[in-house]
Amino acid sequence: MLADGLAIWPVVIPLGAAALTLLLRRWPALQRGVMEVAVAAMLVAAALLLARTTSGEAIVMKFGGWDRPFSVTFVADVLSAVLCTAAGIVALAVAIFARADVRARRRRAGFDPLFLGMLAAVNGAFLTGDLFNLYVWFELMLVTALGLVTLDRRRAQIDGALRYAAMSMMGATFMLLGIGLLYGETGTLDLMHLSATLAGRVPSVTLVVAAYLLLAGLVLKAGLFPLFFWLPASYHTAPISIAAALAGLLTKVAFYACLRVFVLVFGLGTGTAVVSGLPPLFALLAAATMLVSVLAAIAQVDVRRLFAFHVVGQVAYLMMGLSLASQQGNAAAIFYTVHTMLVQTGLFLSAGALARAAGGYDLRVLGGLIREHPRFSVLFAVLALSISGVPPLSGFWAKALVIDAAFRSGTSGAGWLVAVALVTGFLTLYSMSVLWTQAFWRPRTREGHIARPIPTAMVVGVALLAACTLGLGLAIEPAVRLSRVAAIQLGSGATLPNGVTSVGTARMPR
Amino acid sequence: MSVLYAFAAAGLFGCGVYMVLSRHVVRMVLGLSLLTTAVNLVLFQAGRIRTAQPPLIAEGAERLGESADPLPQALVLTAIVIGFATTVILAALALRAWRGHDTLRSDELRSAQDLGNPLAPGPDVDH
Repeated sequence: MLADGLAIWPVVIPLGAAALTLLLRRWPALQRGVMEVAVAAMLVAAALLLARTTSGEAIVMKFGGWDRPFSVTFVADVLSAVLCTAAGIVALAVAIFARADVRARRRRAGFDPLFLGMLAAVNGAFLTGDLFNLYVWFELMLVTALGLVTLDRRRAQIDGALRYAAMSMMGATFMLLGIGLLYGETGTLDLMHLSATLAGRVPSVTLVVAAYLLLAGLVLKAGLFPLFFWLPASYHTAPISIAAALAGLLTKVAFYACLRVFVLVFGLGTGTAVVSGLPPLFALLAAATMLVSVLAAIAQVDVRRLFAFHVVGQVAYLMMGLSLASQQGNAAAIFYTVHTMLVQTGLFLSAGALARAAGGYDLRVLGGLIREHPRFSVLFAVLALSISGVPPLSGFWAKALVIDAAFRSGTSGAGWLVAVALVTGFLTLYSMSVLWTQAFWRPRTREGHIARPIPTAMVVGVALLAACTLGLGLAIEPAVRLSRVAAIQLGSGATLPNGVTSVGTARMPR
Repeated sequence: MSVLYAFAAAGLFGCGVYMVLSRHVVRMVLGLSLLTTAVNLVLFQAGRIRTAQPPLIAEGAERLGESADPLPQALVLTAIVIGFATTVILAALALRAWRGHDTLRSDELRSAQDLGNPLAPGPDVDH
């Protein structure tokens, strides 16, 4: 029984710890201890899950003792386990960094329970095997993220959170509507069972509408082109540790949901696609997002806003992988997701360290950091080069894999898509080198400034993620193999050993 | 019956969208709660509107008879609770925004936009 139960630990641990930290609200030091232990335990649970699933067999846990598809299930396959582990690493880095950034006042305001609640929601979304359950985790993620963004109750935070909340609720509405229509048409919400039910079915109007509604909701939550403006309008107002966690986790969860919904349920790229016409739309969304976000990033002078636009730009590469409708494209997107989770968080955390050292986020007044903090500068350079796609860091391989998959997919627009991706990569490098020259390389512009030290906890948090992107880049072969297994497993949902293919539903005939 | 029901849901949805497009935050909050309600109606319809018979499968039968599918009703209950929670949070945010800005017109709420705005005249230093 424990074997099956392993799938739920990455959710239960943070959820239980969230309740515990809520009770310890008056004792910030104790709260912090519980939170750190919980995050470490969560990472261990996720790593165990990964070790168990690498063979390609999914762990399925059914709630309430009902058989599928009647029960709500948790399904841990390679994709879920890999992303849970990455989320665990991100959470650990943020927890370490928060030792120096989140003081007793913020902890009394509820940092620990909200952060743990968000982690539980993220892992829940990764592990659930039920579409409605996925929606519920998304809402928990939104609610906790709103609490975190407004932790200091500043005017800008309230304003940013208001925009974030309104847009996300809109997205959730579309998602729920899509889920409702899908249920009305198929009579099931279990992802595997949906996949089996829809395979080879003639698309009806309801199915197409449901697919596009889900797309609208998920595109909004993932922060893609026409609907990403809430993200740079709110992330820069949050306390920096929190902005880092949001940047690393939330949009990627939405992309993960895109993978599950469009590859597994709607059979994109598996030969049994239910709704046609999606890949070109995905490609268009990806290309537009890349160009718009990177150009907007170049115009920024606030480091947090600059990175927020890069968060948007990097999700577009994930979408590009998905738009190829091939197993290779999916594998590349999965590898890219892990890479971008680590690097985005690392960049936001280093922005926090940078502001601590220099007293602000404004590029126009920053300077002289390489002289004052040479070791931190190296760590930042690793992350900045990784996001720009310089070998041997994971960013290079991520871009190389996506572009390689695009050429191999043989779709007609692949050339254009690759061209846009390369131009965006070049502009990202440009944006990062501007940041580097202004904040690090040039001498300090303001007179009378005293160089402030960066706390060790901050350096350790950033170093953990820089080491991960370097390690992922060096251990590229096993990483690519794992992402291939994940992509194969994702696309073959209906024929998995644990998949449901023969169970009927209780739905009456129409 | 179903057609009438669908038109009611569509009407609510239209009203919700109209309200959401407003520049005033309170109207937007009300619009979002209307949208949530409209979606709940659609979810309810996914289980079909049938007779008041209990949703029990007769012994030996493979399928449910004339009664409605009970699962969407459970989904609607969950969705109502979630919608209520998010609406309350949004309302609380709106209240805080009103206290901090003395306005609830979304084009006059500019504090997030002004923070680190590249078009602002001078470099601002955040502490």
